[in-house]
Amino acid sequence: MKKWLALLLFVPSVAFAAGSGYHLDEVEIDLTDKVSLQNGAKIFMNYCLGCHQMQYQRYQRTFTDLGIPDELGQEYLQFTGEKVSDYITTPMPKEAAANWFGAPPPDLTLVARVRGPEWLYTYLRTFYVDDSKTFGVNNLVFPNVGMPHVLEPLQGTPRRVYKEQMVDGEMVETDVFTLETDGNGALDKEGYDAAVRDLVNFLEYTGEPSRLQSESIGRGVLIFIVILFVFVYLLKKEYWRDVK
Amino acid sequence: MSEVSVDANQSAQDNSAPENSNRRKFLTVATSVVGAVGVVGVAVPFIASWNPSAKAKAAGADVEVDISGVQVGQLIRVMWRSKPVWIVRRSQEVLEALGAHEGQLKDPNSETAQQPPYATNQYRSIKDELLVLVGICTHLGCSPQHLADGEFAQYAEGVQDGFFCPCHGSKFDMSGRVFQGVPAGLNLQVPPYYFIDDNTVLIGSDGEAA
Amino acid sequence: MNAFLNWIEQRIPMMRTANMHAIQYPAPRNMNFWYVFGFLATIVLVNQIVTGIWITMNFEPSAERAFASVEYIMREVDYGWLIRYMHSTGASAFFVVVYLHMFRGMIYGSYQKPRELLWIFGMLIYLALMAEAFMGYVLPWGQMSYWGAQVIVSLFSAIPVIGPDLVEWIQGDYVISGATLNRFFALHVIALPLVIVILVFLHIVALHEVGSNNPDGVPIKHKKGSLSESEKTKFKIHEYYTSKYDIIDDVVPFFPHIVLKDLVAFSVFLFVFCYILFFAPEMGGKFLEHPNFEIANPLKTPEHIFPVWYFTPFYAILKAVPDKLFGVLTMFAAIGVLFALPWFDRSNVRSWRYRSGLHKTNLIVFAIVFIFLGYLGGTPQENWKIIASRIGTVIYFAFFFLLFIYSKSEKTKPVPERIPR
Repeated sequence: MKKWLALLLFVPSVAFAAGSGYHLDEVEIDLTDKVSLQNGAKIFMNYCLGCHQMQYQRYQRTFTDLGIPDELGQEYLQFTGEKVSDYITTPMPKEAAANWFGAPPPDLTLVARVRGPEWLYTYLRTFYVDDSKTFGVNNLVFPNVGMPHVLEPLQGTPRRVYKEQMVDGEMVETDVFTLETDGNGALDKEGYDAAVRDLVNFLEYTGEPSRLQSESIGRGVLIFIVILFVFVYLLKKEYWRDVK
Repeated sequence: MSEVSVDANQSAQDNSAPENSNRRKFLTVATSVVGAVGVVGVAVPFIASWNPSAKAKAAGADVEVDISGVQVGQLIRVMWRSKPVWIVRRSQEVLEALGAHEGQLKDPNSETAQQPPYATNQYRSIKDELLVLVGICTHLGCSPQHLADGEFAQYAEGVQDGFFCPCHGSKFDMSGRVFQGVPAGLNLQVPPYYFIDDNTVLIGSDGEAA
Repeated sequence: MNAFLNWIEQRIPMMRTANMHAIQYPAPRNMNFWYVFGFLATIVLVNQIVTGIWITMNFEPSAERAFASVEYIMREVDYGWLIRYMHSTGASAFFVVVYLHMFRGMIYGSYQKPRELLWIFGMLIYLALMAEAFMGYVLPWGQMSYWGAQVIVSLFSAIPVIGPDLVEWIQGDYVISGATLNRFFALHVIALPLVIVILVFLHIVALHEVGSNNPDGVPIKHKKGSLSESEKTKFKIHEYYTSKYDIIDDVVPFFPHIVLKDLVAFSVFLFVFCYILFFAPEMGGKFLEHPNFEIANPLKTPEHIFPVWYFTPFYAILKAVPDKLFGVLTMFAAIGVLFALPWFDRSNVRSWRYRSGLHKTNLIVFAIVFIFLGYLGGTPQENWKIIASRIGTVIYFAFFFLLFIYSKSEKTKPVPERIPR
């Protein structure tokens, strides 16, 4: 229905991801999956929050929406001794960050609404070793990315795969745009994909926390409007019987 | 102008001469009711949005205060729900003097519930010497001044220490009890609080001990 | 009770107004679904005003706080997200119904004599609405807000001699800045809404003076004394109209008959509106553009920037012309010709039901080209699109030119005396 409406009203649906043209993988977003959201939050707090903030979102709101009791959240998800009512910010000073990375790491509260979940899901799975870059890594979706591969402990060290192929009678190494890890990460391929999916799910949630409420309210509202329509329509018919 | 007629209802009926008046009446009422429900429903978010926001509620959360540095006779102010809360360490003399002027007070025994049950005593506190009060005059919301070491005597004869509200002259003693003959009607409010340990007090919640 | 109502009535004519403009206002009985969009536009206007007032209660108009305060509304104010989405979805809904309302006027010739001023007031509302929407889009201070404002304000730099100074004056700075944001805020929340409400009032006054057109374009008011009693309407019509005209038996009172019809349409509209509101408020990046969820950054332009969908037809026309000044002029001319529509059409027949196949084709081609230009202006630049938008621009203006040529001696069908049963 959503897609149908979008198509009907506005024929063009523009890919909005900043583009290297790399094909983006589908990702299943499910905001009702609390376990996934909690795991995503854990990964975010452990790996992302060191540099990226979520300055518009509060710990407490996050804990409540994800079904985490405040005390547990404070113990396992807050590391810098902030109050649960604080915003999710990083202690890293902005100027220093800009020095290290060339630009301050962007706030991630709304990143899923800017980039889209497919982009994030693909981006976080397409880092590869490239020694010519400052951080020793590059990315298929975001070429020349100015960020280290912080999830390497989970994924292992990913490298590009080149294939020997016969082209015009010669053996040539061609880039087939696949990556393989050294297998030195804590997770296997499926495990890593699932972990990234949880993280993206969590980012999708923080982009629009109201989505949790809006769809259930929306269903009620739509049912009400149908009832209203029936009554108004009958009343209109009744009055227009005067007009023959 | 005297001919102005208010025959709106009559003419409306003319314009909707009912063929089946019962059905028409029923549908009109039913649609109006459904419509009214809709209007009320739409009003809910607009009214609810005036509630304290999550940010205001976060600011209204419990406050932990370290009181180890509070000297005898000293008053410190902390913010709780954006209101000033006073913490005073009262001297032995001040505590002893509290009984002397009870005849001048409106509610010397704290009968009005301006304090949690555990602070319903002469000192209006859990620990005798430590007074915790919301520093807002019960008249119209100004914050009274703390007058110590005899400065208060000019306002209340024979009482050395107390609180005086600069706005409308309301007076309170060192337990926050209101004097007679002033506009404020109630004693100063004691917030819910408890001691986490000897040096730390938490304002905003009743402790389990209560 | 009656005495009290009379007391009021003698001091302010409330019932007389209600009778004159609603309960005893004669409306053609054949008004079809095309006639509901005016009513819907009024509803959306009320929605925009009310939700706008509520957003203003928490929005902070400064470059430092604007973006954060919108997120504050979205996350921390109870139902703030709902009110904000009502406003953002309402903005797009406004243009949907206004474009349909305008197209209705075009197919049934509602701009023709004696409704020229009615059309012009409508066009002024449309113009004010575009200014209102543009300034409103700047306020969240996202990337699209910033760079959209940059592009639109820069249009004025095309004006010879004073252009660059004018741009600085509008911006209040050398670039789009907090000063720009604050003045746009003032215009968006006070000045333009006031102008729009006054124009809407005048639009309705003008409408009720000349009376509603209808899909057949047949008048319902006839010369006094020209109709027999049996031909006159049985409904009670206000003497303001009956003293000047004989009203034929093809009308219904605006209230309750037309209002009920409008309410049926309203509940259908509301269903679609709420579906978008609760399930797809971004509308795939068309109602709320993705880059606008990133705070304005004067150092980095988003990869693709286009205005919101309701401006894109004119944006395509702007881009179609390879000269800055001439491009801007062409774009404004595209809006300007619409004002003059009543004088381009020289036909005596209003409704396309009784006009030539050429006219019908011309109208439909115009509508398709307008939508197509919207597509071209709202998607990333490609080479074929430049050519296409040039062709589209020519067809857009050709509509008016052709209309002027053929309408003088157009072969029309006979218009019936009264609304066909």
